[in-house]
Amino acid sequence: MTFESAVFYFFSAILLGSAAMVVTIRNSVKSALFLVLAFVSAACLWMLLRAEFLAIVLVLVYVGAVMVLFLFVVMMIDVNMAVLRQGFGEYLPIGGLVAVLMVVEIALAVSPRQLGPTRIAASLVHAPPLHMSNTRALGVLLYTTYVYPFEIAAVILLVAIIAAIALTMRRRPDTKYQDPARQVEVRARDRVRLVKMPTEPKA
Amino acid sequence: MLHIRPVVPEIIVFAMACVILLADLFWKRRFKGLMYGLTQATLIAASVTAYGLRDPRARVVLHGMVVQDRLSTILQIAIFALTAIVLAYSRTYIVERGVFRSEFFVLALTGVVGMCVMVSAAHFLSLYLGLELLSLSLYALIALQRDSIPATEAAMKYFVLGALSSGLLLYGLSMLYGATGSLEITRVATALAALPRHDLVATLGLVFVLSGLAFKLGVVPFHMWVPDVYEGAPTAVTLYVGAAPKIAAFALFLRLLVEGLHGLSGAWQEMLVLLAFLSMAVGNIVAIAQTNLKRMLAYSAIAHMGFVLLGLLSARVSGYADALFYALVYAFMTLGAFGIIILLSRKGFEAERLEDLRGLYQRSPWYAWMMLLFMFSMAGVPPTIGFYAKFAVIEAAVSAGFYGLAVAAVLFSVIGAFYYLRIVKLMFFDAPVDAGPLRQGRDLRWLLSLNGIAMLLTTPWAGTLIAICRSAVRGLP
Amino acid sequence: MGGLTALWGGMPAWSQVLLWDLAKIVAIVVPLLLSVAYLTFVERKVIGYMQVRIGPNRVGPRGWLQPIADGLKLLLKEIIVPSGANKGLFIVAPVLALMPALVAWAVVPFTSTLVLANINAGLLFVLAVTSMGVYGVVIAGWASNSKYAFLGSLRSAAQIVAYEIAMGFALVGVLMAAGTLNLRKIALEQAGGFWHWLFLPLFPLFLVYFIAGVAETNRAPFDVAEGESEIVAGFHVEYSGMTFALFFLAEYANMILVSALTAVLFLGGWLPPFDFAPFTFVPPLGWFLLKVCAILFLYLWLRATFPRYRYDQIMRLGWKVLIPVTLVWIGVMGFVMFFTPWAFVFYR
Repeated sequence: MTFESAVFYFFSAILLGSAAMVVTIRNSVKSALFLVLAFVSAACLWMLLRAEFLAIVLVLVYVGAVMVLFLFVVMMIDVNMAVLRQGFGEYLPIGGLVAVLMVVEIALAVSPRQLGPTRIAASLVHAPPLHMSNTRALGVLLYTTYVYPFEIAAVILLVAIIAAIALTMRRRPDTKYQDPARQVEVRARDRVRLVKMPTEPKA
Repeated sequence: MLHIRPVVPEIIVFAMACVILLADLFWKRRFKGLMYGLTQATLIAASVTAYGLRDPRARVVLHGMVVQDRLSTILQIAIFALTAIVLAYSRTYIVERGVFRSEFFVLALTGVVGMCVMVSAAHFLSLYLGLELLSLSLYALIALQRDSIPATEAAMKYFVLGALSSGLLLYGLSMLYGATGSLEITRVATALAALPRHDLVATLGLVFVLSGLAFKLGVVPFHMWVPDVYEGAPTAVTLYVGAAPKIAAFALFLRLLVEGLHGLSGAWQEMLVLLAFLSMAVGNIVAIAQTNLKRMLAYSAIAHMGFVLLGLLSARVSGYADALFYALVYAFMTLGAFGIIILLSRKGFEAERLEDLRGLYQRSPWYAWMMLLFMFSMAGVPPTIGFYAKFAVIEAAVSAGFYGLAVAAVLFSVIGAFYYLRIVKLMFFDAPVDAGPLRQGRDLRWLLSLNGIAMLLTTPWAGTLIAICRSAVRGLP
Repeated sequence: MGGLTALWGGMPAWSQVLLWDLAKIVAIVVPLLLSVAYLTFVERKVIGYMQVRIGPNRVGPRGWLQPIADGLKLLLKEIIVPSGANKGLFIVAPVLALMPALVAWAVVPFTSTLVLANINAGLLFVLAVTSMGVYGVVIAGWASNSKYAFLGSLRSAAQIVAYEIAMGFALVGVLMAAGTLNLRKIALEQAGGFWHWLFLPLFPLFLVYFIAGVAETNRAPFDVAEGESEIVAGFHVEYSGMTFALFFLAEYANMILVSALTAVLFLGGWLPPFDFAPFTFVPPLGWFLLKVCAILFLYLWLRATFPRYRYDQIMRLGWKVLIPVTLVWIGVMGFVMFFTPWAFVFYR
């Protein structure tokens, strides 16, 4: 076993283990943290494939931003696992049966005999351009060949923003709102009135 | 230089969506109907542009991402037109329900962009992204009336099932990529031709792809979301969901199954036979038991999608044309039926029970006749256009040798006629329950009347329309 | 001695690399921790003078041994785990806070030759690693099972995510101007005198980056996560002894990191401000440290001068001021670089 494959198996084991923990552990915060671990191990696997841009962006976006907000939400809501698990046993037989069937089918289809490395290599039309770094290659591809899907993905994100705001923002009439511009424009004479009072004569 | 001419309509629609968002920020107070007017102008401009840019030759542009052919042009114009009519129908409705916001129009337009991307996709990536753009807009549109619990529930169900079906579709596409080594639809087709007849990876990929597509089209057994979404969503949104997205989903079938996976047509024909039979059976039989009008129309939609598949599964060009014709006719029929529901609704009252149609003839004979036309057309009663559509797809099934299925289709359309005619009976022979006035905008009344008359008056030109559909699908294998 | 050389020569190549890298890591981390210790001392002194006080002056000559005494005290104190706290996460949190602060140093170039890992995507690496620092804060707040701590961690999570976007966009500008993600090359792009340094053409981004850096490190005036006058000490209210010291170390290591990055990205790193005689006598490392110290002084100055922002003001500043500024400037840069003859301003 070469050093690289040893590293691969190491991170794969962590990835699979943490992924299993995500769905089995009871505490939802810990589950989210295991998901973070799974992301980091996946990033390491990508590093091994010399896809450093993908690896770093996975950490940057998913670990650094998405999961933080996810944790934020998970910590604030009180997930009652007992209620969630109700009916688990009831649906287990049918769900398990379907799952096992699908796993068997998929395993048959993507087994090395059907979809082995030789076939993948033979069917690949584009070889990745090797003369530049992974980051630059991805950038060039994204803004030339894949510019159309890239832009549509951007539109999808915009729609997601619009949808999120439209669904959650509600102007409450009793909200106290500050207008910084007006705060800055305030002058002393608007707020303070100097009143000239005649001094009272001493009695 | 990028060749962007074919995607100019999409660009116009999206740019105007952004303009509407900004206009909302600055001019909302000053001009009340501005967003609505801008949206309609956008749709009209986009359809004019799409027509002006039409090109009889099919051309693939933007590095194999987009195809421009007659099919894409016709479907895009149909989508623009359908959406414009939907918005015209629902204007008063959404004003009264407090969702007359710029977000409604922006999301409607981005959904249109998604549909346009879908119908002109030449690549798995653009196809999938267009689908997601449409779906995301739909989820948000359904939930837009956020104080309504049924709407929120419908949006949640649609979202969860939609995400699942997207997952299935993606998984299937990834398998096809593994089997063929390409994401470009034409290259997938050529690579598939070189594969052995029953390649396991490609076939399993097809199963997943077909399941995902069936989800989006809403055919049995992937139909669970349809009744809940149709019933729970505000009627204006139901109208939107029920019309143009069906066309776009149908286009996905053409692009993926016919253009891309024609090499596996033997396999997908068998699957489609099952889907079509189940859809027609479940849709028509369960619809009888419904008391909610929107729910009944949802099951009717499931049944109609079964009929669309009937034309598709013949796996020949004439069949595709018939299916396309059916899908377009269905979209306009369903617009009319939901238009009547909107017409009967008013602030604080949703005419969604069958009872609410009772005695419509005494309240407004004209619209009772219109509804009669829509119901006759849906049931496939001659001489409405719906009859020709049904006739064409059944004929397609017969000519492809699916006699049993054709007989079943006739049988189920007879069963289906029962619940359509029950509505006619309620309208003409029962005493009215609801006596509220029918106060809706003039645009709705005129368009609805036009829509109803079209069900009857287009019949003499059914042959021409089918010929246009035939020219649209001529390039398909 | 000869025996040692023989031992080294007899070792397999991978263990040589491993040991050599370990030695380099120690050579970075030990001075770093020492500077952290003395940064705390400098902070107290500087703020003291700014507030017309003297600051610590009792331990050792002129107070020089104060940080050592502080460190010893924290080492010897008991680590108290509150009842009801999630013990494992409670202990892990400070480690999670400190680790990214140290890891990011791997790619920071001290001079053109003095860098542990000269990798191509260095800028992205720094962004990714520093973005993980927030976990320490968030987990600490949650695991403490205390309301104040929890409030602090929630504040911190939202704040850091908001400012990370502004920071990332500011770095996009740097990337556009330098044309590379490699930190060493970015610094080398700025060679030739201070008018070539990137802070001039990218001045708005420079300001945004520094402000976002202050916010990312939870320093005043953005220290709402601690906010000792509002929520006692925020996320680390329940921590004591070494666990507290680790948070402290992380905060100051992050400060130095942001200062070093600001120096490399915007102020020419180790390069002298003028490329001629008296200035080139100072060794490159000297210039680098000088710049870092100057920026650190800004940090202390800010803390001594500004009152703490209110939470909604922080959010407003991040989302409505800093992010639009960066977006506009990136747009301006792109336009100038591609459509006007003045592209040389940004990109040589």
